[in-house]
Amino acid sequence: MRAVLIAAFAALFLGACTTTPTEDEQKPAGVEERAPGAGAAGEKPGISTVDLTAKPAPSDIDELKDPSSPLSKRSIYYDFDRFDVKDEYRPLVEAHARYLRENSGAKVLIQGNTDERGSREYNVALGQRRSDGVKKMLILLGAKDAQIEAVSLGEEKPKSEGSNEQSWSQNRRSDILYSGEY
Amino acid sequence: MPILFAASSATWVRWLAGAFLLIAVSLPARAQLSIEITGAGLQRIPVAIVPFAGEAAIGGLTQIIRADLERSGQFRALEIPPLPQLPTENSTPNYPEWRARLADALLVGSVAARPDGRYEVRFKLHDVVQQRDLSGIAYTLSKEQIRATAHRIADFVYEKLTGERGVFSTRIAYVVKRGNRYELQIADADGAGEETALASFEPIISPAWSPDGRRVAYVSFESRKPVVYVHSLQDGKRSVVANFRGSNSAPAWAPDGKRLAVTLSREGGSQIFMVNPDGSNLRRLTTSPAIDTEPRFSPDGRWIYFTSDRGGTPQIYRMPANGGTAQRVTFEGSYNVSPRPSPDGKSLAYITRNEGRFQVALLDLANKQVQIVTDSDRDESPSFAPNGRMILFATVLGERGVLSAVSSDGRIRQRLSTGGGDVREPAWGPFIE
Repeated sequence: MRAVLIAAFAALFLGACTTTPTEDEQKPAGVEERAPGAGAAGEKPGISTVDLTAKPAPSDIDELKDPSSPLSKRSIYYDFDRFDVKDEYRPLVEAHARYLRENSGAKVLIQGNTDERGSREYNVALGQRRSDGVKKMLILLGAKDAQIEAVSLGEEKPKSEGSNEQSWSQNRRSDILYSGEY
Repeated sequence: MPILFAASSATWVRWLAGAFLLIAVSLPARAQLSIEITGAGLQRIPVAIVPFAGEAAIGGLTQIIRADLERSGQFRALEIPPLPQLPTENSTPNYPEWRARLADALLVGSVAARPDGRYEVRFKLHDVVQQRDLSGIAYTLSKEQIRATAHRIADFVYEKLTGERGVFSTRIAYVVKRGNRYELQIADADGAGEETALASFEPIISPAWSPDGRRVAYVSFESRKPVVYVHSLQDGKRSVVANFRGSNSAPAWAPDGKRLAVTLSREGGSQIFMVNPDGSNLRRLTTSPAIDTEPRFSPDGRWIYFTSDRGGTPQIYRMPANGGTAQRVTFEGSYNVSPRPSPDGKSLAYITRNEGRFQVALLDLANKQVQIVTDSDRDESPSFAPNGRMILFATVLGERGVLSAVSSDGRIRQRLSTGGGDVREPAWGPFIE
């Protein structure tokens, strides 16, 4: 019971801080005072929009974070100028596809990233190609389109700050995040 | 010799922060941009700027005018010897005497206090060579308007002597990153008086000025993904232009200010769409299996230039502004991105990769000649001054992001940098009517 409450609280708290468009509809235009996902004035931002049924059960959260589970592995790395998921990451993607298949309420955000070289906007598009690729693979493996949002952070959120190949190889990456983790 | 400009007070921008991702801005400006000229035009017009009689009462005007004109690289401000009596707009100058001091032009004026507490500035510009009066203007100003008035006088002098509009009264936008904090800042074209329009713990990229200079569109990652906003500078109000499923980025205003082109991934891939500033009337413009992004309208509104890798490498293309068949524009090299049509529509600035260096290139759209105009190697985000004379861009110097500017002929170079933090994503604002 305590675990359920903690999970619910965490979901509420995190839900209040994020925007997770799950439909292909424009989030309403509005002034900033209405924070993304916020309810009517006076309400805590986002609380009205959190769908607890969409969250994985608490035991599943443990499974997602258990270091011995392939589900705890969330990052896919790429070669320079490449967008295909390398063979070594197939088991990782397959594990997440299986999880999404078995937990139809689970949702993921895939964030594509690039190294710092070149145009920031073009890198947003390149990162999108990476996250789209992971999404496509998850769907081929049985996950549903509605469970997956693929986005790009371009070169804006480097894992490693250096201007050398070692850092760049860390930054050419897709990350899989489950609801409540972003 | 770096020229330092003091920053004026920042305005306070207030809005309710969306959870903890954004912080309301209430900080005074602390790091002014400094501008260093590292090159100059071949022919600089020698101009004598005589201190305006009575200007000490408002802390001086002519040093700002002088700095503006010199920074443009097109003028040389002459040393003014101690004069027994300062000539003003009311006196007829001794033209042979100023000619003997090698002045081509002479600016004189005066400042007088008005009974209402404000001041009146009168000035006159003279062509010393032709020995004629090029006219002048009178301005009424409060003490808060000193810098703005000086920039307007510099614009007047610039236009009279070069035949082109000056850009000293325009503003620039850019993003500063300090630690994990990102700030979208707006400053005068000389880097002074910067104000923070938005502060966030998540990245901000691609600021784009509305044609009327009142709003800036940009991409913010505050919701862990790229979302396009329009931000009204006067009141700090923000509205969402595009927050669709997937990524939303690369806003570009149509010249009429009524629509924006944006890049969305909502239908898979990165494709260009048109949308109204309030997020309505969404329409897809490109349909390719490739990346199509970085849209920019031609100044006449007829074309959209954009970056696409449909041919295998990123190159610049253009299509009619309502969509349709695209033509390839760049052919040299394997990486040409970030197209920026010049204000007269005759040339195109973009970033080209050249043996591992990323540099600003300028393409003459009539004769297809390409010129690399910078000598740095990590250039990004070129942005034309509204008179087309200079191109502002971001580059990296000693592992730190700085802003630079180069004249369209590559001869005049300026470096702008703040005291701290990484500066990037510059956008030069429009003429203010």
